[in-house]
Amino acid sequence: MAAPPALSSAYGRPKPIGGMDLWSWYFMRVSGLALLLLALGHLVIMHLINSVDVIDYDFVARRYVGWFWRGYDLLLLVLAMIHGLNGMRVIVDDYLHQPAQRRVAAWLLHGLGTILIVLGVVAVVTFRPPVTPVGVGQ
Amino acid sequence: MPVRLRIQRFNPETDSAPQWREYTVEVEPTDRVLDALHAVKWHCDGSLAFRRSCAHGVCGSDAMMINGKNRLACKLLIKDVKQPIVVEPMRGFAVVKDLIVDQTKFFEKYRAVKPYLIAAEPPPKTERLQSPKQQERFEDTTKCILCGACTTSCPSFWANGEYVGPAAIVQAHRFLFDSRDQGAAERLPVLNEANGVWRCRTIFNCTDACPRGINVTKAIVEVQNLLVARAKDPRGSDAAQ
Ligand code: FES
Repeated sequence: MAAPPALSSAYGRPKPIGGMDLWSWYFMRVSGLALLLLALGHLVIMHLINSVDVIDYDFVARRYVGWFWRGYDLLLLVLAMIHGLNGMRVIVDDYLHQPAQRRVAAWLLHGLGTILIVLGVVAVVTFRPPVTPVGVGQ
Repeated sequence: MPVRLRIQRFNPETDSAPQWREYTVEVEPTDRVLDALHAVKWHCDGSLAFRRSCAHGVCGSDAMMINGKNRLACKLLIKDVKQPIVVEPMRGFAVVKDLIVDQTKFFEKYRAVKPYLIAAEPPPKTERLQSPKQQERFEDTTKCILCGACTTSCPSFWANGEYVGPAAIVQAHRFLFDSRDQGAAERLPVLNEANGVWRCRTIFNCTDACPRGINVTKAIVEVQNLLVARAKDPRGSDAAQ
């Protein structure tokens, strides 16, 4: 006789639609689209409009006077981190089958993700530009 | 013309691992790979085992990996393949013998999505009518012959044999998008599991492998979108239009 099927809901009471796998898939689609626009914007501003050699401390300080660019960078950072880590989680889910390996990988991913996101957020949020930055509005 | 074949052989009674054998047979360029396999079986080595039934691309028995791609041996012409023709069983299933694989789990998943009409109303006196446009909605996925070429070309399935796989999703799609069917509530939970549609990584191997030209990846994404729509609005109408 064949082994019982792995798809448990083929039998028993139907469960409501939703859950982690569904929303994680949906998040990947939406964040992927947002990241494409955000990353392209970043690329155009930092590498096409401004050449790399004019980008220095003053340049960043000037951009970070207000909250718009901080918000932009925060969004880019958080979405990229979660999108990337979720992608890694999916790969781990596909290729690691032993429970012990999966647990270690999950801890590593969550730990690494938390540390990197916190570091980035702290840098963006707590950055205090000099009171009158040189060349504001140029 | 002489044609060289490299076939992966495995006899569970005598071999511990699969091994490669080469054969040269005489066939026409306009013959099919299946004819070359027949030539091997009938004239070189009668112990060669493979499945085939209709020999005309209808039954889906003879899907196998030919020169690295899943194909029906009965639909592939000799003149269209490079020599030596490398023939292997489909990947991801246990090999029973030579090119014959164990499809038990494959059909278990097929049954799990309830691939039959589920209608709430009692059958009418005549046919259950639908417009040509309603029929068009799922026309593509009616073409499936359950050969398994899509599922066994899917790296996601190779990595995790519990993945429900493209073939079962195509079958579910065929009924989910049929205006006469009301079985969505029974089918969707199966597809929403971790081993359901969410294991699709949009690799497109399935679409490339399908001998019927079904747009498999598109069908999978349509089922995924249907699930998301259902999660946002659980009371959505039962027939997914
Ligand atoms: S033998 Fe029937 S599909 Fe090829």
